[in-house]
Amino acid sequence: MENFDYHRPAKLADAEKIIAKQKEGVLMSGGMTLLPTMKQGLAAPSDVVDLSGLGNVGIKVMKTKVTIKAGTTHAEVAKSGDLKKAIPALAVLAGEIGDPHVRHKGTLGGSIANNDPAADYPAALMALDATIITNKRAIAADKFFKGLFETSLRRGEIVTAVDFPIPEKAGYAKFANPASRYAIVGVFVANHGKAVRVGVTGAGPGVFRQKAMERVLAKDFSADAVAGIATKVDDLNEDMHASAEYRAHLVGVMAKRALKAAK
Amino acid sequence: MSDTGIGARVVRKEDNRFLTGRGKYCDDINLANQTYAYFVRSPHAHAKIVKINAKKAEKSPGVVAVLTGADLAEDGLGGLICGWSINNKDGSPMKAGAHPALATDKVRHVGDHVAVVIGESLAEARAGAELVDVKYKELDAVVEVGKARKRGMPRVHDEIAKNTCYEWAIGEKDATDKAFAKADHVTKLNITNNRLVANPMEPRVALGSYEPAEEHFTLYTTSQNPHVARLILSAFIGMAPENKLRVIAPDVGGGFGSKIFVYAEETVCLWASKRIGGRPVKWTSDRSEAFLCDAHGRDHETTAELALDKDGKILGLRAHTTANMGAYLSTFASAVPTYLYATLLSGQYNIANIYAEVDAVYTHTAPVDAYRGAGRPEACFVVERLLEVAARETGVDPAELRRRNFVREFPHQTPVIMCYDTGDFDASLDMAMEMADYKGFEDRRKKAARQGKLRGIGFSNYIEACGIAPSAAVGSLGAGVGLWESAEVRVNPVGTVEVLTGSHSHGQGHETTFAQLVSDRLGIPLEQVSIVHGDTDKVQMGMGTYGSRSGAVGMTAISKAIDKVEAKARKIASHLMEASESDVEFSGGNFTVKGTDKSLAFGEVALAAYVAHNMPEDTEPGLKEGAFHDPSNFTFPAGCHICEVEIDAETGVTKIVKWTAVDDFGKIINPMIVEGQVHGGIAQGVGQALTEACIYDPDSGQLITGSFMDYCMPRADDLPSYDLGFTETACPSNPLGVKGCGEAGAIAAPAAVINAVTDALGTEDISMPATPNKVWNAIQANAKQAAE
Repeated sequence: MENFDYHRPAKLADAEKIIAKQKEGVLMSGGMTLLPTMKQGLAAPSDVVDLSGLGNVGIKVMKTKVTIKAGTTHAEVAKSGDLKKAIPALAVLAGEIGDPHVRHKGTLGGSIANNDPAADYPAALMALDATIITNKRAIAADKFFKGLFETSLRRGEIVTAVDFPIPEKAGYAKFANPASRYAIVGVFVANHGKAVRVGVTGAGPGVFRQKAMERVLAKDFSADAVAGIATKVDDLNEDMHASAEYRAHLVGVMAKRALKAAK
Repeated sequence: MSDTGIGARVVRKEDNRFLTGRGKYCDDINLANQTYAYFVRSPHAHAKIVKINAKKAEKSPGVVAVLTGADLAEDGLGGLICGWSINNKDGSPMKAGAHPALATDKVRHVGDHVAVVIGESLAEARAGAELVDVKYKELDAVVEVGKARKRGMPRVHDEIAKNTCYEWAIGEKDATDKAFAKADHVTKLNITNNRLVANPMEPRVALGSYEPAEEHFTLYTTSQNPHVARLILSAFIGMAPENKLRVIAPDVGGGFGSKIFVYAEETVCLWASKRIGGRPVKWTSDRSEAFLCDAHGRDHETTAELALDKDGKILGLRAHTTANMGAYLSTFASAVPTYLYATLLSGQYNIANIYAEVDAVYTHTAPVDAYRGAGRPEACFVVERLLEVAARETGVDPAELRRRNFVREFPHQTPVIMCYDTGDFDASLDMAMEMADYKGFEDRRKKAARQGKLRGIGFSNYIEACGIAPSAAVGSLGAGVGLWESAEVRVNPVGTVEVLTGSHSHGQGHETTFAQLVSDRLGIPLEQVSIVHGDTDKVQMGMGTYGSRSGAVGMTAISKAIDKVEAKARKIASHLMEASESDVEFSGGNFTVKGTDKSLAFGEVALAAYVAHNMPEDTEPGLKEGAFHDPSNFTFPAGCHICEVEIDAETGVTKIVKWTAVDDFGKIINPMIVEGQVHGGIAQGVGQALTEACIYDPDSGQLITGSFMDYCMPRADDLPSYDLGFTETACPSNPLGVKGCGEAGAIAAPAAVINAVTDALGTEDISMPATPNKVWNAIQANAKQAAE
């Protein structure tokens, strides 16, 4: 790890100022991806602006939506009683991220800003039609995720919260990489009444919606409905743990299991 | 049985410090004026070193020195050695490529040691290392064991044709071929024994320190056998005479074989300390370096055949194995796929004819050497897969086919060197089948099928050989050292005891087990016994711990030393009580004169020996005895493991739902520690069978599985609760009747898992590790075949 200057501002305005000044600076929330990357010498920022001092933490459940502030850890999301009533699948998803250490340090904002193609949250944001709130604007999930570690965030733009519309029903199922326990395939299904959305993580170079499934599920929101709905193999990832064909197959299996688990 | 003696479930004494973070490991040791080493390692699998320019690095802040292979050669230090010479079929010796501690002409695997930067701090050493400019000319590499001998493959060592270290064979070829010619049924399998990384929790450390005034070296290192390390560093590498070289291996956090060996880093840190004028030089491996440079395990390609007559009696076994040695021969690498592997190909069975050929090959990968089980897991996998598949092919129950072929008369001389001394293979099979409810399996299979699960059951009736011995025999087979063990039992004036042992504990619980033996024999409380090991200045020459030898060999040496202590104490006690020695009895820590109330406690006799006011004639003061023990034979632990799995047909995930292990380890000193060893062994075996794979990219030679993100260690939730049982046939070759238990689980488990998985799938075509993707592929292939 190279030397760097560490900042832990208490106010959002201070964080904005520091990151604006430091061209080689980076924002850090839980640091669960950034710190290992720096230790391996794959990132060498001049400045690290730690957002954990902002105290931007909390889950607010309203009539039609849930707002989760960006600094909320996965463990806090997983154990929130209010959230378990409103969108239980989201609490389940958060409880399956990484390991206990990661869940107590890693945050919602950090995870989605990093946009790891095998991270869990992006699938939920896509399926729940979430809105990402930053210090500058509001961005729809469909517009936010841009593939492999890319988002529509601009330099210095800071995620402050995510708004999740409360669906009628939602479910998540993940097939974890046996070594890293990241998602080889994770499927989040959400029935919004008028529409059904299916977010898939891990399988491709970035999170995507399985629209063929969405179409059949809009008519029949059940596990049986997705049987035989294939996922295109060509666009999927392939590595020593899972071939593209296997991933495509798992999208179907995980979708079915997410639908069975949907509440 | 006392509550601390032989057979007692004593809680491990050493765990108090380990579990409270007070263990003292190598990395906890820091010496005054210490510097830090950072190694410049090859990014290429195979390349010529054109030039090393260290000028910038030398000027980098905090850099003390940059040293290369040329400096090492200048000081006349020898390369790393392999301590076991194997002969080819034609009698000529194996070809060992040069193994310099720092590469000079060429690099031969990713991570190969090119230079070392010594810095005031680790950060400065690392920053300096980034400035060492090494110009390479990249060359083609070969990493796959099956390709190394093929035409046109690049040579790992220029002087070694076909990358072949040796072509070795054991057994009678003609007789075995004749047996096959008569066979009613032949089962043939192609087997890959996957390459593994040992991954002990504590990575390796070397802290070398040179004292110029005394010309004396000290090395703190993570070693399973510090005396052997000293011997090699002194006699072969030429660091210093033994009396000028102290090797200390304090608490060591796991080894699994990978810390037996003398590596480049220990050699370089020790030498570098002298080179820079005597400041200590410390290197602590990070996990990435451990993946790249710790000796790996297994990596065999085998074709094996089993010949049966019409009644299911085995007529013969033939095997051809190609074993990957990696780029260089590690310390005991050559022995693993030969004398530790092919000599176990008779399994638990009476097989009159066995013939095995082993070709050892070099590849552009990290060296491969002993890893928990070392050769025996590979042998067990060959034998137990053959038995299981033969049973399926001939329609005989797999337990019944094994039973028809068990060795039942002992001693039993196999056609492959080993002479089994004792055992009762029916007993462990019977008990395991009962515990596993084998009769109820078909019902469980049907029930699982109704839930969309494929259920399978697999046996593994392993036998292994541990406590490798006797020294004369291993010497005749090419070993460079003897394989005895030493002990010294020092009784203090108040009757407390220190045992100095040549064995080394790195997780095995010797401080408890060995103390139990002393407590049992001398009748003193456990707290009054200390075990001293791991320091060549404290402990007399010893051979260390590997190959499940420390119970059978190490403890027997202690037992023999206790015999001598007891004999001398009896002599003194008899003298003090004015009785003849034959009338004096020793039990429960007291010497008593038969038929009288005269009695002396062991501690009183010890005090008498040290004050020496009233000693028998011709008796020296003091109470301290040593012993060396060279066993007459290996010990042969054996048993039966039964694994039951359920496969999720949709995802290919294999879940182990039931595990029964019945082991015969002879006499057991501490059942709790033995059970722990079995648990750990099975976990590693399951890891090999289902999750672990060390994979190099076949084109670039880069290590793909270079971190825990890709190298999949088994975890608690991958494993079931085990049902353990024990049978006992006392080992006749040591007075304690003990056998080894440290490797049994790792030896038995892979075959049990794969036999269960293939039973569930109905296909034999699956390689280790049986990952969900591979299992799913097999299910798809089955379905396709069924449809056609």
